Amino acid sequence: MTPPALTGERSESPAAHPRTARAQAPPEARRRRFRGLVTITLFLLPALVLFTLLVLVPIAVAGYTSLFKWNGLGGLPTQFIGLDNFTRMFGDEIFLGDLWRGLILIVLSVTIQLPLALGIAMLLNQKMRGRAVYRMLFFAPYMLSEVITGVLFTMILSPDEGLANQVLGAVGLESLESEWLGNPSTVLVSVFIVMTWKYFGFHMILYLAGRQGIPKELGEAASIDGASAWEQFRYITLPLLGPTIRISVFLSVIGAIQLFDLVWVLTSGGPIHSSETMAVTMFQFGFKRSQVGYGTAISVVMFLISLIFALGYQRYVLRRDTEGAITTMRDQR
Amino acid sequence: MNTHRTRARRSGVLLRSVSLQTLVVVLGALVVVPLLFALVGGFKDTAQLSTNPFGLPSPWAPENYTDVLASGVFWRQILNSVFIALATTLVVVGLSAMAAFVFARFAFRGREALYTLFTVGLMFPFTVAILPLFVLVRTMGLLDNPLGVILPQAAFGLPMTIIILRSFFRTIPREVEEAATIDGCTAFGFFWRILLPMARPALATVSVLAIVASWNNFFLPLVIFTDPNWWTVPLGVQQFSGQYVSDTAKVLAYIVLAMVPALAFYGVAERQLIGGLTAGASKG
Repeated sequence: MTPPALTGERSESPAAHPRTARAQAPPEARRRRFRGLVTITLFLLPALVLFTLLVLVPIAVAGYTSLFKWNGLGGLPTQFIGLDNFTRMFGDEIFLGDLWRGLILIVLSVTIQLPLALGIAMLLNQKMRGRAVYRMLFFAPYMLSEVITGVLFTMILSPDEGLANQVLGAVGLESLESEWLGNPSTVLVSVFIVMTWKYFGFHMILYLAGRQGIPKELGEAASIDGASAWEQFRYITLPLLGPTIRISVFLSVIGAIQLFDLVWVLTSGGPIHSSETMAVTMFQFGFKRSQVGYGTAISVVMFLISLIFALGYQRYVLRRDTEGAITTMRDQR
Repeated sequence: MNTHRTRARRSGVLLRSVSLQTLVVVLGALVVVPLLFALVGGFKDTAQLSTNPFGLPSPWAPENYTDVLASGVFWRQILNSVFIALATTLVVVGLSAMAAFVFARFAFRGREALYTLFTVGLMFPFTVAILPLFVLVRTMGLLDNPLGVILPQAAFGLPMTIIILRSFFRTIPREVEEAATIDGCTAFGFFWRILLPMARPALATVSVLAIVASWNNFFLPLVIFTDPNWWTVPLGVQQFSGQYVSDTAKVLAYIVLAMVPALAFYGVAERQLIGGLTAGASKG
C-alpha cells in the first residue's frame, strides 16, 4: 500500500477527498497524512516564497503606487492622488501615441512578419538542399540579445557609413536613402524591420514544429485527388496549423505590447517620441524623470491591456484548441 | 497520361522549385549580410567602412578584435554573465522541480488554485513589474549585488519552468513510484534518486531556456547594476557602443565577440532549445 502522500493521484477531485478521509482516519493514516503535508509544504514553500516576494508583491505594490504622486525616494509613497495618474495618461499625447504605435507594430507583425515566417517554414518543410543549414541560420538572430541586435542595426541603419544606405547608393537607389532611425516618418518601420529580422525565426520554428505534427497521408491523399500545392496548403495545412498560428499571434502581440529592449537600444524612443513604446515611456518617467507614481500607473495599464487581451484571446480565439497556450490554465487534464 | 502534359507539369514544378529556392537564398542573405557586415567590418578601420563598405578589408586590421580580447573588461562581463546565468538556472530549476513534483504527484486541497497562481505569473514579464521590483530590491539592499538580478530572474522564470516540468513528471508511470515506495523509498528519496534522474531531458530543456533568458536579459541588470564591475554582456555592449560611438569598426568587433558565446551555445544545445521553445509555447 502506498501512503496517501505518494498516491500520484491525477486530478480526480482533490478537494473532496481529504475531508472525508480525515473524519474517520485511524491514527496510523493520520500520521502518514501529516507526513504528506509536511513534504508538500517543504517542497512547495521555497518556490512559493520566491514567487510571492518577487513577482506577486511587486505587482501588488505597482497597483498601490500607481495611486500616488511619488518621486521614488524614501520608504513608501505618501501623496495619495487617487486615479489622477490614470486620467493624466489619457490626456498625455506621448502615452496615446504609444498605444497607436503599439497597434501599428502589432498589425505589421501579424500581417507581414508572421506570414513571412509561415512561408519560410513551408518552404523549409519541403525537400531541399541545405534545409537544416537554413533553419539554423534563420533562427540564429533569435539567439542574439536585443542589445546586440540593436547596436548592430544602429550601425547598419546609420545615415552615413551605414550598410543600408551604402547598398541603396551602390545600386542606384540614392533616392531611397534615409536617416532610417533619425527620421520620424521612417523610424517605426525601421524598428519593425529589425524586430522582423530578430523574431521571425522563432515563429518559423513554431510553425515547423506544428507542420511536423500534420500527417503526411493527408497531403498525399489530397494530391491523388488532384489538389494543387496551393489548395493543399489552403485547405489542409493552414487549418491544421490553426492552433500553432493562434499561439504565435498571441506571443507576437504580447511581445509588441511590452516591447522595450530593442527600442531602447535602437532609438530610446526618439526622435521626438516617434518610436516610443509604453514600456519606454514608463522607463522614462520611472527612472529618468523621478515620476515613479506616473511611471507605475503606465506599467499597470500595460499589464491590464496584456491581461485583457490574454483573457479575451483565450475566451474567443484559443477556446477552439483542445490544448494550447494558457488554455491549460483553465482545463486541467 | 498525355506526355506533353507530364512534361509541362514537370518543368512547371522545376521552375517553381528553382524560384522557391531562390527566395530562400535571398532571405538567407538578408539574415546573413548584417552578421557578415559586422564580422568583416570589425577587421576594417572606421575610415575603410565608409570608403570600402562591401569589399574585404585592406589592410586587415585585427587590432579591433585583439584589443577587446586583451581587455579585462570584456572577460569580466562574460564571467559575470556566466555566473548570473548559472546561478539563476540552479535556483529556478531546483525550486521549480520541487514544486512541479508536488503539483504532479500529490493530491491536496488547493493544488489547482496554487498551480493556477503560478501559471498566471506567465503574464508578468519584467517590463510590467520593473519599477516596484527595483524599489523592492533597493529596500533589500541588493542593488549592485548579483542576487538582485539572480533572484528576480529565477522568480520570473518559475511559471514556465514549473509548467514544463510538471507535464513531464506526470508522464512517469505511477508503477515506478509504487515500486520505489514498496522498497522503502521516502518521498524525498523518490524525488532525488528516481524522478530527477529520469527527468534529465526535461531538466536539460528548462535549464537551457533559463540560461538563454538570463544571458540576454537587459532590462533588469540595467536598473540593478550601476557598478561596472557587475555589468553583464548586454550592458557592456550598450556601454561600449556609447563610448566608441564614432569608432564603428571597434564596436562591430565588440559585438561580434559578444555574439560568439550565444551562438556557440545554440550550436551545442540546439535540440533542447528548440524543443523547449516549442513545448513552452504550446504548454505555456
